[in-house]
Amino acid sequence: MTVLNIVQAVNHTLRDEMRRNDKIVLLGEDVGINGGVFRATEGLYKEFGSSRVIDTPLAESGIIGISIGMALYGLKPVPEIQFLDFIYPAFDQIQSELSKFRYRSGGQYAAPVVIRTPYGGGIRGSHYHSQSTEAFFAHTPGLKVVIPATPYDTKGLLTSTLRDPDPVIFLEPKKIYRTVRGEVPDEDYTVPIGKANIAREGEDVTVFAYGAMFHVAMEAAELAAARGINVEVVDLRTLLPFDIETIIGSAKKTGKVVIVHEACKTCGFGAEIAAQIAERALLHLEAPIIRVAGSDVPFPYILEDEYLPNANRVLYAIEKVHNF
Amino acid sequence: MAAELAQVITPTGDYVEEMEPDISLDELRRLYRLMVLVRVLDIRGLQLQRQGRIGFFIGSLGQEACQVGSAYALEPADWIFPAYREIGAALLRGVTLKQVLNQYFANAEDLEKGRQLTNLYGVKSVHFVSGSAPIATQLPHAVGAALAAKIRGDPVVTLVYFGEGATSENDFHTGMNFAGVFKTPTIFFCQNNHWAISVPVEKQTGAETIAVKAKAYGFEGIRVDGNDILAVYRATKQAVEKARRGGGPTLIEAVTYRMGPHSSSDDPKRYITEQELEEWQKRDPITRFRKYLEKKRMWSETDEKKTEEDINREIDEAIAYAEKVPRPALETLFTDVYAEMPWHLEEQLLELQREKSPRGVDHDSS
Repeated sequence: MTVLNIVQAVNHTLRDEMRRNDKIVLLGEDVGINGGVFRATEGLYKEFGSSRVIDTPLAESGIIGISIGMALYGLKPVPEIQFLDFIYPAFDQIQSELSKFRYRSGGQYAAPVVIRTPYGGGIRGSHYHSQSTEAFFAHTPGLKVVIPATPYDTKGLLTSTLRDPDPVIFLEPKKIYRTVRGEVPDEDYTVPIGKANIAREGEDVTVFAYGAMFHVAMEAAELAAARGINVEVVDLRTLLPFDIETIIGSAKKTGKVVIVHEACKTCGFGAEIAAQIAERALLHLEAPIIRVAGSDVPFPYILEDEYLPNANRVLYAIEKVHNF
Repeated sequence: MAAELAQVITPTGDYVEEMEPDISLDELRRLYRLMVLVRVLDIRGLQLQRQGRIGFFIGSLGQEACQVGSAYALEPADWIFPAYREIGAALLRGVTLKQVLNQYFANAEDLEKGRQLTNLYGVKSVHFVSGSAPIATQLPHAVGAALAAKIRGDPVVTLVYFGEGATSENDFHTGMNFAGVFKTPTIFFCQNNHWAISVPVEKQTGAETIAVKAKAYGFEGIRVDGNDILAVYRATKQAVEKARRGGGPTLIEAVTYRMGPHSSSDDPKRYITEQELEEWQKRDPITRFRKYLEKKRMWSETDEKKTEEDINREIDEAIAYAEKVPRPALETLFTDVYAEMPWHLEEQLLELQREKSPRGVDHDSS
């Protein structure tokens, strides 16, 4: 066991898997000598050299495009997009090419690229270093979308991701890169893709969250407990394919659901969770489902604390469904 | 340098002897036959679409020399990243007529399981990668595969096809730039057929040529008569050898002409004059190669007649076969999205199967 933060867990996992699998190649802007702007690839250039940790030209569509070519050839490319906000030049490559290669070739070709990218607000990054647009990717058949919230899950999920045969968008909650620390086993283990985690059991209300918002949900659950409300907190961990059994199971158990994400509300991933619960567990519900989400505005700068869900807003929603 | 147009055979079939590549007589005849096959298949394919027997067609009329000549310069282990007019390259690689027609009919035996528009085929066994309709996206793939080969120490070259319209796209720049930086063994083969649907090459670039663009990426760009199969072969062969030696990428601009519609949905009469078409018909790559072979006494009227008859018969057989093969099974709507089918696709498949069953919808799903 070692106590690590999330970015260290990313770094150790990449290192360990690269030692095991010589097909893994890291590439991106500043990932080499600089070790990545968040230091996620620190020390890897030195250990694995310039043909496995590749500094690329500043062009996201190229980073993803050549990763696809490398994957078709049989390597396991792990491109880093410096911020999720900068991924859009590669959106065509992700939507039109990466996600469809296996399908369109009738299963002849596969492009199991792992795209790692920090996402989310809370770092005073304004529009272009803060957004949570995971729904775009969760809306794309052929991709998997994985989001860890703890150092333990970061290692376990990233290890699964690096061994997965399909393309994965691995979204790293940058606000908590260094603030969340936890014990991480030194030995090899995995956390399976597609399995949510009931991080806190409760009977009264379920809160679904992921990434940095998982910790906001936990904080709100503590506040609620002080007021006598027993909250169950489910960390979704994978958005695509999401864990329907755990989601429906918990919704049926408590009958009262709050969904938290920092992405803006309309067409956010919370809408999918709410719709699934409505389709499958309507008669178990005892209150309307409430989404606590970012506002439907471009990500702000100085008012980001007002934009982002916080424990008080989540608590308010918990009380609202509880007292319905 | 870039404005020069390399040519071995002139439109009249005359040739520059010292530039003739070293290709055996049998092979020359095989290449010619392949070009005729592409031409006939083009005509027959469009007919099938017009008759409503296949859904869509995208031809390569006039571009046969570009495709056959360039692909012939590759080794079997090299990879081809097509756009969508490269049937000549596919057939040369060993893709069979049966496979091609199965893809046209999008039937259960189609290697792509009926999932792609006509001519967006891919056959992994011959390193002919499944293409897509977005323009220029395949360029970075070709660079990535070449980089992977280089990292692994494999002597593999990648060749990527695209049109002059693609040179306006972001991924043209990106692909060329990455190839220049990483000195990948990649051949960028641009078929400048003068028209991107209805937009002429003059509206794609202010540069004098396409080939000249390579200079800015730090590698060589050459310009070749794309209707001259021997010139195309010669230029590509040199570029491939250079790439395999570690000399990095090359951009080849093959100047050719799209003598047919962009696709079965296009009417070129709206934007191309008859006069322009006639000018290019005089430079037809098949007529030119035939004249060359005739001058060399390698081809006769009898050969021509027999070849056309054989090809039409082979195509008839492939059509008759492909048309009888059933549609892909319902399950194939859901397979290959992922390596293993996740729960939500399994569920959606079951729902569709239930809805299609005579018992009707099962409402007891909660």
